[in-house]
Amino acid sequence: MQKHPVVHTQTARIETVAFDSLILRLFDVIDEAHMPWVLAAVKAVHDTLQEQALEVVPSYTTVLVQIDIERLSLGEARHRLRQALARLEPLASGTGAVHEIPVWYDTSVGPELPRIAERLKVSSDEIIARHCAHEYSVFALGFAPGYGFMGLVEEALATPRLKTPRQKVAAGSVGIADRQTAIYPATSPGGWNLLGRTAVKLFDRDREGYTLFQPGDRVRFVAIDRSTFVAHGGDTTPQPEEARP
Amino acid sequence: MTLRVEHVGPMALVVDGGRSGVRHLGVTQGGALDWVALGWANWLLGNAVDAAGIEIMVGGLTLVAEADTTLALAGADLQAKVDGMVIQPGQHFVLRKGQKLAFERPAKGLRTYLALPGGIQADAVMGSVSSTLREGLGGLDGQGKPLVVGDVLRPRAQMAQGQRKTPEAAMTSSLPVTGEPLRLGLVPGAQMAAFSGTSLFKVFHSTWHLDQRADRMGMRLVGPELSCSLKGIISEGIPLGAVQVPPDGQPIILMNDRQTIGGYPRLGALTPASCARLAQCMPGQPIQLQVITPERARREYLAQLALWSR
Repeated sequence: MQKHPVVHTQTARIETVAFDSLILRLFDVIDEAHMPWVLAAVKAVHDTLQEQALEVVPSYTTVLVQIDIERLSLGEARHRLRQALARLEPLASGTGAVHEIPVWYDTSVGPELPRIAERLKVSSDEIIARHCAHEYSVFALGFAPGYGFMGLVEEALATPRLKTPRQKVAAGSVGIADRQTAIYPATSPGGWNLLGRTAVKLFDRDREGYTLFQPGDRVRFVAIDRSTFVAHGGDTTPQPEEARP
Repeated sequence: MTLRVEHVGPMALVVDGGRSGVRHLGVTQGGALDWVALGWANWLLGNAVDAAGIEIMVGGLTLVAEADTTLALAGADLQAKVDGMVIQPGQHFVLRKGQKLAFERPAKGLRTYLALPGGIQADAVMGSVSSTLREGLGGLDGQGKPLVVGDVLRPRAQMAQGQRKTPEAAMTSSLPVTGEPLRLGLVPGAQMAAFSGTSLFKVFHSTWHLDQRADRMGMRLVGPELSCSLKGIISEGIPLGAVQVPPDGQPIILMNDRQTIGGYPRLGALTPASCARLAQCMPGQPIQLQVITPERARREYLAQLALWSR
C-alpha cells in the first residue's frame, strides 16, 4: 500500500463502529499539535460527503462519521473518505476561533485552588498565573451541551479527579482534571478540581451555532477580580462544600 | 381537539426522531427509543413517521379528550382502555369529548407510543421537540420536562391525513416474549479486537440478562465477566447502540440519551432495530447477542423504511 502523507508517523485508519457509522482514527496519543489534522479531517468529511454526513464528531484523535445510510452505503463512504484522507493537509493554525475567558479565581468558588497551591508549595496567585499562561486547545465537546474538554494543562498542575464527585457543581465553574481543563456550562454533578468561575455563557439554545466553543478552538483564561466578575453578571454564591462519605 | 393530562405514571415524554447534526456540540440524540413503534403509530394516521408523539413507559398515564380526537397507538401493550374498553396497540381510534384514555400496566413490552394527527404541537429546540431531561431540552415546555398533570397535548393538524390499518405481523412481532431469549444483532467493530478470545466467545454464546439499571441513556447487561486488554481509550464519538464494556466486564448498550463521547472499549453497536426491541424489555429479560454484518443491517433498516413508504 502506498504510504500517504496523512500524518508523519502513522496512517489514518477507517473503522466500522456501527451499521451507519465509521471512525477515522488519526492518532494514538493526545497532543495539541494533532488538532489541525483532526480539523482538517472534519473539513474533508464535510467536503466529501456533504449532506450525506449526518454527524461528524471530532474527539481528540478521532472523527466519528454517521452517514445517511438511506442514500449511501458504508463501503462507498469508506472508499470516498479514504481518498479524501490521502490528500489531507493540516489546517493552518489560526483556523479555530480564539476565546478569552475571564475567570474569577477564588477559594469560595474554586475550593481546590488553595489545595493545589499547597501541594505545589506555591501561592494561589502563582497557580492562577500558570493556569492563565497557556492557550489551550478544545479537543472535543461532550459530557453536556457546550462542555469543552481542553488541554493540555502543564504537567505540574495536573490533578486527578475528586474521589467522590460533587452532586452539584455551579454553572460557570472552571476546573481541571489530570492535564485537562474545562468549564461547566450548567449546574451539574462533576468531579473536576475547581479553581474559579466565569460568567461567560457556553451554551445558548437561541444563539446561532448554539455553543461558544467548537472542537479545535483555542482558549485563554484571564484572571479578573470579584467586582469585574459581578459586573459581567457572575454569580458569587460560594460553591457549597459537600459532605464526603 | 386537545388532550389534557389527568394522571401520570413513571414517565411519559414527547419524542420524535431526535436531534441531528449537533452531536459535535455535546448534544445528545434523544428521540423515541422504539422508533419502529413511533413510526407505526404515526403511519397509522398518515403522519411523517418521525413526527412527535408520546413515549409512555410502564403506564399510569390518563388523558382526557377536550374534543373528539383521532389517535393511534403502537408498541407495548400497556392495557390501554377508553372508558374501560381495551385498545390494543397497532390501531387508530377516536377519543370522544370527555372520554378518558388510561394506560394501566404492561401486559407485553414496556414502552408504547401515542400519535396525534400531524404530530404534537411543541416548539422545536435544536431541530427537535424530543424531551431530554438531562440536557433540559425539548418537550412541551422546551426545558425537557416530562408530562405532568394539567399538561395539554395539541395535534399539529386538524384531521388525520390517513386512517390506515397496519399489517398485523408487523405490529407485535418486535415485542419480547417473557422468558424467551431475545436475539439482538450486533455489528462488530470499534475495539472488538482488544477483547480476549474467550470473552468474544462468551459475548455470543451466553444468555445475558437485562439489569435493573436500564434507562434512556444506557441498558446494562448482566452475565459472564468480559476482559479487554484496554482499560480505557481516548474518548471518542459513540454511535447509537454502542456496546461498551467498562472495567467490571459487564456490557452497557448506549441508547438515545447517551453521552456523545466516551472512553470505554466497545464491541461494536446493535442495529437500530435491535435497540428498538431492547427498549421494550423488562429487567431480567434474557438476551442473546448475534453477529450481523453492516450490509445485512442496512438491508433490514431499508426494508423497515420501505414498509412505511407505501
